[in-house]
Amino acid sequence: MNHLSLIIKREYLNKVRNKSFIIMTFLSPLIMVGIFSLVGYLSQLNNDNIRIISVLDESGLFLNQFEDSEHLKYNTLTDVNLSEAKQLSEAAENYGLLFIPKVAHIEELSEAITFYSEDSPSLQIMADVENVIEDKVNAIKLGEAGIDAARIKELRLRVNAKQETFRGQETSKLGSVVKLVFGGVAGYLLFMFIIIYGNMIMRSVIEEKTSRIIEVIISSVKPMKLLLGKIFGTTLAGITQFLAWVILLGIFSVLISAIFGIDPSATQSPQQEMINQSVDGGFEEILRNVFMEVNNMPIANLVVMFLFFFVGGYLLYASLYAAIGAAVDSETDTQQFILPILMPLILAIYVGFFTVIDNPHGTVSQVFSYIPFTSPVVMLMRIPFGVPLWQQILSLVILFATFIGTVWIAAKIYRVGILMYGKKPSYKEIFKWIKY
Amino acid sequence: MEKLLVANNVSKSFGDYKALNDISIEVPKGSVFGLLGPNGAGKTTFIRIINQITMPDTGAVFLDGRPLEPNDIQHIGYLPEERGLYKSMKVGEQVLYLAQLKGLTKQEAKKRLAYWFDRFEIGDWWNKKIQELSKGMAQKIQFVVTVIHQPKLLIFDEPFSGFDPINANLIKDEILKLRDDGATVIFSTHRMESVEEMCDHIALIHKSNKLLDGKLIDIKRAYRSNTFEVGLLASEKDAIDKEIRDLFEVSSTLFKSINDELQYKIKLPSETSPNELVRYLTSKGQLNHFVEVIPSANDIFIETVNNN
Repeated sequence: MNHLSLIIKREYLNKVRNKSFIIMTFLSPLIMVGIFSLVGYLSQLNNDNIRIISVLDESGLFLNQFEDSEHLKYNTLTDVNLSEAKQLSEAAENYGLLFIPKVAHIEELSEAITFYSEDSPSLQIMADVENVIEDKVNAIKLGEAGIDAARIKELRLRVNAKQETFRGQETSKLGSVVKLVFGGVAGYLLFMFIIIYGNMIMRSVIEEKTSRIIEVIISSVKPMKLLLGKIFGTTLAGITQFLAWVILLGIFSVLISAIFGIDPSATQSPQQEMINQSVDGGFEEILRNVFMEVNNMPIANLVVMFLFFFVGGYLLYASLYAAIGAAVDSETDTQQFILPILMPLILAIYVGFFTVIDNPHGTVSQVFSYIPFTSPVVMLMRIPFGVPLWQQILSLVILFATFIGTVWIAAKIYRVGILMYGKKPSYKEIFKWIKY
Repeated sequence: MEKLLVANNVSKSFGDYKALNDISIEVPKGSVFGLLGPNGAGKTTFIRIINQITMPDTGAVFLDGRPLEPNDIQHIGYLPEERGLYKSMKVGEQVLYLAQLKGLTKQEAKKRLAYWFDRFEIGDWWNKKIQELSKGMAQKIQFVVTVIHQPKLLIFDEPFSGFDPINANLIKDEILKLRDDGATVIFSTHRMESVEEMCDHIALIHKSNKLLDGKLIDIKRAYRSNTFEVGLLASEKDAIDKEIRDLFEVSSTLFKSINDELQYKIKLPSETSPNELVRYLTSKGQLNHFVEVIPSANDIFIETVNNN
């Protein structure tokens, strides 16, 4: 067997058999499912509360205007003054008291209504209450002006603009959200992967230094081979763990919802809300639209590019992590060197989640999708919105050229660094190593 | 004599620091070659060049008459001064892995490992992790790792550090046995007693330069100072003592003796023959003890280093 595959095999088995690795593989999905279940459970609990709001309507305009809903009941008070009403609703532990004073002109209502409550009321409830009042007041005012409110409602037209590219491809607001989710997940996955497994590579290099086996190893193999073997072996272990997480996450969610009857997916994420808001209609229709949108996306392009950018981006950062590991003696010394690596990565995530969402093909998005340290994340987020193939390939070429460059530099640092013990090197010294 | 390893004018600098300056060394086949020098002299750098861990700036190294090439690592076994193994890896797996990196097949490695485990009586360590072993036990494993691929050239950097006297002896015997089986040994150490015991050739490196090299016995001949240790039984002790001190360059010495005698170390001028000294001494009393003082490797080491 040749050296590289031997090293890859050892690194892989060593990682996979490691106790903490095994524990984390099983524990992480369990914790994740547990947290989501808990949140789901708690938000269900919260919703089960029925809130009662007392209404003291001295104007008499809003009789029976407030309709009870599942979680919100209105209790109309009569024949009491304001201070009595306050006492009453506080004693009854009501959620709040809505006070509508008697006014001479209906316009005065816009400022005169007060909501009393124990703490600050929820925004949602305030909005509901205000809507009811506004509707009624506007209806009255329209009536005073001789306009039939019901007639206006009939005549109102809702606009839902269709979106289409010049080349005739249909797009939609929902589509943007779906693309965003795709790109976001891809970018975030890469980000996590780099941080978790980059660190693992770094630790494994440091381990060889501190255990001093490194000199025995490199009297048998070239440092470059060891470096590559480490990166590939750890990456394979990482992929194994990721796959295990996906599978276990599925199994655990099914188990937990079967046992406790909690649906972790009941926890509404902002994305889901965006989807809900962008489409009118039932859940099934949303689902169908989502599938349609997914079908509309350049799936093959997405998958292939995902693989290339993921691999390229990961390898680029992994080689830097390995170089850091070679340069220092212990993990505590790594901070100073990790920060400059993390900065472009975090920048990429920020650019991705703020700029790309706002304008996928703007100047900033474009520039950052060529810079190799940010391109994997940013380009992955841009691709679902449609990026010309030549741009993708150009970005990939830059990425892989830089990867070869960083591996070369990392190998230089690695070669010198692994045999350096004692003091923590400065940046200046590391530059000197590269020149050796 | 046939040379296994030849280094020609090897120089190596790290930045402004010159670690090796024009070093040439010839290691005869089947010898135990002592590479001596104070700390920081450049020994480790030189050994790393032989192992192709670092490349020389100028000069070349030949193994068996051919320039060193990457494949030669399988003919070299190297025990670094900084010992180390993967702490969380099991002994058996670890040795197999390292042996395979040296080019053995798995089956072959297993067979030879069984031999060594048997020889050191450590067969039950196979499934232990290195971190469960004591330092001395781990050193034995490291020794096995160094020799398992039956290299032509063995390089030991301070091989006895960390061993108790019994195990140090065991390792010494193993090294000599490997030499007898045809291996050539390069041996870097500060411990001069092991140099005396084991080395037949030495080279002394100091401050990046080679100060001397050759057969140990030739070097000793060159460093002999015509000095003799004598024990003289005489009746008029004080008078003779004064006379001898006036006549010769004398330093005091102490050796075990059952006689109440005068003991000296006498350094003769280089043109004077010891026979003359013997004649003089026997005329003064009974000569019980007459030995040439042979410079120890230790003396040569200190003298050479201090003179430079």
